[in-house]
Amino acid sequence: MKLMINGDQVEVPDNVQSVHDLLAHFQLVDKGAIVELNREILEKSSHAETRLADGDKVEIVHFVGGG
Amino acid sequence: MLKIGPYEFQSRLLLGTGKFPDFDVQKEAVDVSGTEILTFAVRRMNIFEPNQPNFLEKLEVEKFKMLPNTAGASTAEEAVRIAKLAKASGLCDMIKVEVIGDDKTLLPDPIETLKASEMLLEEGFIVLPYTSDDVVLAKKLQELGVHAIMPGASPIGSGQGIVNPLNLSLIIEQATVPVIVDAGIGSPADCAIAMEMGADGVLLNTAVSGAQDPVKMARAMKLAIEAGRLGFEAGRIPKKRYATASSPLEGMSV
Repeated sequence: MKLMINGDQVEVPDNVQSVHDLLAHFQLVDKGAIVELNREILEKSSHAETRLADGDKVEIVHFVGGG
Repeated sequence: MLKIGPYEFQSRLLLGTGKFPDFDVQKEAVDVSGTEILTFAVRRMNIFEPNQPNFLEKLEVEKFKMLPNTAGASTAEEAVRIAKLAKASGLCDMIKVEVIGDDKTLLPDPIETLKASEMLLEEGFIVLPYTSDDVVLAKKLQELGVHAIMPGASPIGSGQGIVNPLNLSLIIEQATVPVIVDAGIGSPADCAIAMEMGADGVLLNTAVSGAQDPVKMARAMKLAIEAGRLGFEAGRIPKKRYATASSPLEGMSV
């Protein structure tokens, strides 16, 4: 499946089906990732049940230092 | 005590978390500053480097109220999106509205800031807009129902201190919500002046993180803010044109 993640096209293996799977694939579970799928912000609790489809646009953000 | 929306704070220093030399220095500076409110930004993750250190790992996040900013936004809509992303973390419901209108001065866009503040209030955020030192804009933001007004002392990171004390004093005078002087602070003296003028708090970042000794400067800022506040509460003497003797004029042994 091809996804657009943070503006880049990324190919992910077939076992990645949910948003949670995607975070697990990139070892980002419990790293404070906040996910937006096709411009819709997801609550953490819905990561496991939210399915991904080919061509989805995913934004993965987190907190960084700032003033 | 500083009250912002439903929250109460002992410390009147709000500290930014950007540009510290390393996370250990940052942690120590945060601890020494006594701050209870930390600001930070929302940015894309590098998904290919999962083990990149993050500043939050060093800090005991639960000890602080987290104040994300909407830095990077140049429109109200972008600011609202960043605020919602931050809130989805489940770590915060306060937001520093920061909508930049000019890349060189990083001065805030007054129209978009006002729009963003209104939209975020409707969404139920605790809204703290970073604004210019415009007195009328501050009043309009206050009328919208924002939870604090955060006028800049001077441009972000410039270290110029309070360049328009008249405007700042007018904003403080008319305020019905806390006034937090945000941006442009360079030295402890700037903090003390802001607090003596009656500001309710100071938000700073570069003045500490960019100092030669950030930990020592964090302590200096804490003390300056406390001193300035005490001075304000104590009520300073009026300035006079000529001298007034401190010692008695009678009983001179001559």
